[in-house]
Amino acid sequence: MTSLNQITIKEAKKGLKNKKFSSVELAKACLEQVKKHNKDLNAFITVTEKEALESARIADKLIAEEVDLPLLGIPIALKDLFSTKGVRTTAGSKVLENYIPQYDATIVKKLKAAGVVIIGKTNLDAWAHGSSGENSDFGATRNPWSKEYVPGGSSSGSAVSVASDMCIASTGTDTGGSIRLPASFNNIVGLKPTYGRVSRYGIIAMASSLDSIGHFTKTVEDSALFFNVTAGKDYLDATTLPNPTENFTKNLEKGIKGLKLGVPKEFVTPDLDKEVKTGLEKSIKVLEGLGAKIVEISLPHTEYGIAAYYIIQPSEVSSNLARYDGIRYGADRSFFGDEAKRRIMLGTFTLSSGYYDAYYKKAMSIRTLIKKDLDDAFQKVDALISPVCPTLPWKLGEKINDPLKMYLSDVLTVTANMAGVPSLSVPAGFSKNKLPIGIQFMGKQLSESLLFQIGNSLEKQTGFYKQKPNL
Amino acid sequence: MKIDVSHVAKLANLPLTHLEKEKFEKQLSEILSYVEKLKEVDTENIKTTSQVTGLENIVREDKAIPSLDQEQTLSGAKSQHNGFFKVKAILE
Repeated sequence: MTSLNQITIKEAKKGLKNKKFSSVELAKACLEQVKKHNKDLNAFITVTEKEALESARIADKLIAEEVDLPLLGIPIALKDLFSTKGVRTTAGSKVLENYIPQYDATIVKKLKAAGVVIIGKTNLDAWAHGSSGENSDFGATRNPWSKEYVPGGSSSGSAVSVASDMCIASTGTDTGGSIRLPASFNNIVGLKPTYGRVSRYGIIAMASSLDSIGHFTKTVEDSALFFNVTAGKDYLDATTLPNPTENFTKNLEKGIKGLKLGVPKEFVTPDLDKEVKTGLEKSIKVLEGLGAKIVEISLPHTEYGIAAYYIIQPSEVSSNLARYDGIRYGADRSFFGDEAKRRIMLGTFTLSSGYYDAYYKKAMSIRTLIKKDLDDAFQKVDALISPVCPTLPWKLGEKINDPLKMYLSDVLTVTANMAGVPSLSVPAGFSKNKLPIGIQFMGKQLSESLLFQIGNSLEKQTGFYKQKPNL
Repeated sequence: MKIDVSHVAKLANLPLTHLEKEKFEKQLSEILSYVEKLKEVDTENIKTTSQVTGLENIVREDKAIPSLDQEQTLSGAKSQHNGFFKVKAILE
């Protein structure tokens, strides 16, 4: 039997509206799950039980008055990179261990206005630097599917909180794969939107030209419902797009008959894990069965993506983290962890006099070529399909002393960030050891509705999201 | 590619121990050797991309709006004096 915390946004909305249960009951079920399993999984840095129950009571009152808000009474969690007024926001780093923001990030404001119940702030690789969740100064998060394995990062706690039913949805940030990778390692849905489609204001910056603000949900439909709230222009973030938002659920049931999907051949390398490859092939079969046409396509500069990314991203990191000097607030710079130190130094080096042209400028030119590869591809196909990560989740500790090896886990995800295009990660089954496998769809800028349409068609056939980890 | 970790750490205002310097020098050199592969690509006539969505000159009305008051602004300050952040002297 499904317990209350296991339901989707759609089911919760319906149940709340029909008075099958209250928002307080729903929040309590989630908080109960946190109490049971957070000790093992370490998904939350801060749990805001009191505030959550207060918000839930208010939601129940509004529901009784028949107020209709898009996410009224829905318990969610926020990556601890999102500024929350009056609630500690650490970025997973000891530098901000005691930092309490004076304001809410724009997205937090929007979510609150939509009626959500925030149950806490989730663990992450410090400053969102990492692919495994192990770089948190508050301890590693564990994968609920097998606790000896990493949950993927950097939005590790946000992914695990949804996968283990501690909340109904959660927010994340994706600079080079930080939403899609953990989504794929946890059998849940992760959206990295078009660059600039969601406001970055009030979210602690990592690499400003790459940071995309997205979310984790149990289903594709939930992802669209959540995106209906978060997408849109914000005068406090000059990079947000002026394009009008739409109802992102509008194409969900359209099916995919006649759509042309490209498989980038450079993403299916000989060293791609066999079980991940099988997951991709099985998904392709399902999509073909639904009437999509699958073609092979080439993104010739793929192999340079990760090298260019690991110049551009640390360069922007070194600039963004320069403000943490410990003078006005926060701890001093000796409190940065190893990964932040590495990226600050790498970026300082690649931007320094005498090396700027050879590294930073070169990488920014490669970025042009990667974007052009995608522009060309989308002339030929409607969307792309590929694995999210070339490997299955790995064991805790396996890559922690080899930063380069860790960086290469992002090899298939950075492309979308470099080109600013949206990408949706959806479940694609399990390995023989019951570790989740994910695939991603990429579309041209502003094509999120199309990605939801494809993802929903696949999910309705496979139903992988119904499988839950054995906690 | 060799990287002078002491110099870079000084530029970035990062205090490092001797052991850290050794560890980071090895790790950062490995990463820099890996990114050398970008040299294989001819980018002679390729423009750089720093903004992927093509937005340009985004301005808004220059209008004052309510913001944090002085007390709120200083609520996280480690040290304050008469409503200002108090910091160590830069010049003696």
